[in-house]
Amino acid sequence: MGIDSLPAALSVIRPELILAVTALVCLALDLLYKPADKMPCWAVAFFGSLAALASTIASWGTEQEAFSQLVRMDNLSNFFAVIFLMVGLITLCLSDSYVQREGLPAGEYYTLLLISMTGMVFMAQANDLMTVYLGIEIMSIPVYVLVAMMSKSPKSPEAGLKYLLLGGFASAILLFGIALLYGAVGTTQLADILRQAPGALKASDPLFLAGVGLLLVGMGFKVSLVPFHMWTPDAYEGAPTSVTAFMSVAVKAAGFSVLIRVIVLSLSPMAVDWSQIFWWLAVLSMVLGNVVALVQENIKRMLAYSSIAHAGYVLVALTTGTETGIHAALIYLFIYALMNLGAFGVVIAVSREGDQGVEIRDYTGMARKRPLYALAMAVFMFSLAGVPPTAGFIGKFYAFSAAVKAGYVWLAVIGVLMSAVSAYFYLRVLVVMYMKEPEAGAEYSAGPWGAPIGAGVSVSLWVCALSILFLGIWPGWLSHFAQQALQGLTSLL
Amino acid sequence: MEMIEQHLITIFVFLPLAGALFVTVFLRDTQKEAIRWATFLTMLAGFLLSLKLFFGYDADSTQTMQFVQSTPWLPEYGIVYKVGIDGMSLLLFLMTTFLGPLVILSSWRSIEDRVKGFHVSMLLLQTAMLGAFVSLNLFLFYIFWEAMLIPMYFIIGIWGGPRRIYAAVKFFLYTLFGSLLMLVAILYLYFVHVKQFGFYSFDLFDLYRVHLAVGPEKILFLAFALSFAIKVPMFPFHTWLPDAHVEAPTAGSVILAGVLLKMGTYGFLRFAIPLFPAAAAYFYPLIAVLAVIGIIYGALVAMVQPDLKKLVAYSSVSHLGFVMLGLAVLNAQGVEGSVIQMVNHGLSTGALFLIVGMIYDRRHTRLISDFGGIAKAMPIFATFFMIVTLSSIGLPGLNGFIGEFLILIGTFKKSVVLAVLAASGVILAAVYMLWMFKRAVFGPLDKEENKSLKDLNLREIAVLVPIVVMIVWIGVYPQTFLRKMDRSVEGLLARTEQVAAPPVQSRERDSISMMESKSVYDFGRQGHGD
Repeated sequence: MGIDSLPAALSVIRPELILAVTALVCLALDLLYKPADKMPCWAVAFFGSLAALASTIASWGTEQEAFSQLVRMDNLSNFFAVIFLMVGLITLCLSDSYVQREGLPAGEYYTLLLISMTGMVFMAQANDLMTVYLGIEIMSIPVYVLVAMMSKSPKSPEAGLKYLLLGGFASAILLFGIALLYGAVGTTQLADILRQAPGALKASDPLFLAGVGLLLVGMGFKVSLVPFHMWTPDAYEGAPTSVTAFMSVAVKAAGFSVLIRVIVLSLSPMAVDWSQIFWWLAVLSMVLGNVVALVQENIKRMLAYSSIAHAGYVLVALTTGTETGIHAALIYLFIYALMNLGAFGVVIAVSREGDQGVEIRDYTGMARKRPLYALAMAVFMFSLAGVPPTAGFIGKFYAFSAAVKAGYVWLAVIGVLMSAVSAYFYLRVLVVMYMKEPEAGAEYSAGPWGAPIGAGVSVSLWVCALSILFLGIWPGWLSHFAQQALQGLTSLL
Repeated sequence: MEMIEQHLITIFVFLPLAGALFVTVFLRDTQKEAIRWATFLTMLAGFLLSLKLFFGYDADSTQTMQFVQSTPWLPEYGIVYKVGIDGMSLLLFLMTTFLGPLVILSSWRSIEDRVKGFHVSMLLLQTAMLGAFVSLNLFLFYIFWEAMLIPMYFIIGIWGGPRRIYAAVKFFLYTLFGSLLMLVAILYLYFVHVKQFGFYSFDLFDLYRVHLAVGPEKILFLAFALSFAIKVPMFPFHTWLPDAHVEAPTAGSVILAGVLLKMGTYGFLRFAIPLFPAAAAYFYPLIAVLAVIGIIYGALVAMVQPDLKKLVAYSSVSHLGFVMLGLAVLNAQGVEGSVIQMVNHGLSTGALFLIVGMIYDRRHTRLISDFGGIAKAMPIFATFFMIVTLSSIGLPGLNGFIGEFLILIGTFKKSVVLAVLAASGVILAAVYMLWMFKRAVFGPLDKEENKSLKDLNLREIAVLVPIVVMIVWIGVYPQTFLRKMDRSVEGLLARTEQVAAPPVQSRERDSISMMESKSVYDFGRQGHGD
């Protein structure tokens, strides 16, 4: 199995290497060019990520383990890596003008973003609990810094600190879980754990069960499932919007990549047990996320709660523990990445310096002055609400059909009812944009939408909106790739 | 040519979408006239072309589903782009394309704000509605069914009246709520089909064959029925309708009444009843009683409305009660009456909304008490108003009579009590419509503002004349239209009877149903006059 010749091993982690090297180059460039133009940093980061994406796509179909089976490249890891890198590229496009406007330290910003992406790819490739932990830390620590980076706004450092503390807790819990699991089965290798799990289950080894429970808590934190979601609204609201966009999709997807690999695939023998927990987590996340989002006035906070709900929809698919379920979760995460990034993209485009203009009422009458932004936002909102013919419907369709297929009809019913609830707050944005007129003389009526925004934002909005419409009508190829991503893994189920 | 023949329905469905794209890309918001013309011509072309379906549809063929096109979409999941038309959807399809150009023409002067958005929404809505009527794959149907909400939501919410936002959101959430439950039911049915037949299919005819246990069948029927009942809307799910109707701009109200509500009744006809015939038979009393309550309740509430548009909106609840009653009794007269009544309601109520819109454009009020005696100021207007009012009441010789009469015959066969109660709805309709007409149009012309009212202009007459022609045509010679759907209705009934009838009564029912289908023919012949 393992090919441990160095070049072969390095080829497995090629995307990570590219990203890490790019991060270092970026940092060096920042030192050289200090106060002047930040464009070189951006360009290096962009083309580095693009190269990593190309490398990932080039290795589609290969299956290889390396470094004593610590990492494993297969189509599942490649699929997730494509999501991370796609999100990374779009985030870079969204960040360009935003970073300048907010006066963020560009060099550090892009470097941290790249390092975080490196950690994510490691997470997706994790074949050992140690790699899982390392990946999570490499991903998380830069994000803690990124969240706190907007030092001008008091909210941002506070959010960063909160995220850091709670995140630290979660990591410790995860690590503790890994330790317990190691105590129970004597290995951290996922393949070995899979082999030993039935025995440990039969003996109902308390160490083993507690270990799995703690692992679940740690991952639940990363993907912000209720009741491990407390950090989400504050961190999302306080962070620079481009970072929020990145976190809300990439960090979540990375968390799910680990959840799928460790819990759903490697602990499949105890599916009966964790699927009950998943059931409750999914329901709680959907209900709390959607219901609390109803009363939010700040659009970043609203999207934060909505992201909790979306984690719930993904978990609906995973509760089934079936191939169809994982397939649906992959599709959902891909689509969710596009629509949520798009929504945050509009938030960036519409906001003003100092992260002003992120209240929903700031959008009043936007459709007249900025019809294209409003239209793009409408596409994202309908997609998030899951209304056809947008891709969001396709995602929900796959997720709920997986649930119905596996007999979780009630879970699907709760899911659709909650998406009906969610339609209310997504529609609210549309109501404000399209159906209300700005009040004369009000502070926002001058229009926060006046400032010119970089081409990067426009490009990413076009890309996201068009792909959402495209995927809503031709989801076939995405489904096909998600199917390929599961090849060879379904025997584990 | 062959290519075109095979894709006929697809072309008609997506023609408005093409028009919408054209308007979006090539015209700017300031080119108001060009946008209106482009939209109108697209709609008109859609109507004229769709006549080909009407003449091309072979009513005698045993193959009731015609012009079928089937193209794989996501074949591994049984998701196929499959469209086709039978006698029942044919009429609704044509009514939709027929109303399309008329509503654009009617709102020529009333929409001045964000003209482009409005017309693009109308075109998108048209595509979604036409698509829903011809979809033969449940997935495809669901896409069109839901997609319809988006443009309608904007039409009500942007170009509507003072409480438009409330009405738009209520409309959207109400209907979304129902359809999402239907989605779960569709998925459940789909997986039962996979279990029984071993392959994935959302195809309507594949799903017809699924055998369900009694319990699940009832639940699935209820999930479908709830979704459709909200759209119809049946009492007690009707509360969104008066809001939406009153707040929507005229064009929105016409499309809402004329076509969107028919989606609900069509859903019963095409999906809920034939998919779950046993459950439909089981719930017959519930639906029939709710329908009759709707008829009487709608009529009573309409009677006391001071606002013209609200009155018409509640009369819709009453009329749709008739349609549902005809579907619930499930015999040839009932169903044919229902389909014809769907078209009638589209024409009469659509025309009423147009007329209310025309007077509103002039006076900016819809209160009946603000009018009176306008027959003297606007004789042409009053004439059209009279014809449409009578058609809505169901005067013999006009279209409303045919539908209501057939439905009442059908109901009478099943339950005399319900028929009598429903018939009282016809009387009530005469009361509220004629009373309204008397107060608004007759009497002394005593209000200063009404004296200077301008009569209908050519454009407005051009909008109303085609509708009146159809009203009279259906009233005098319904056979043109009934004949197209005889076979399709027979097919539907054969299916429901074969599955639904308890074994003991089945023979008796069969003979009744044969008599029934024969008598429809007779009725048609009498209309023919030979």
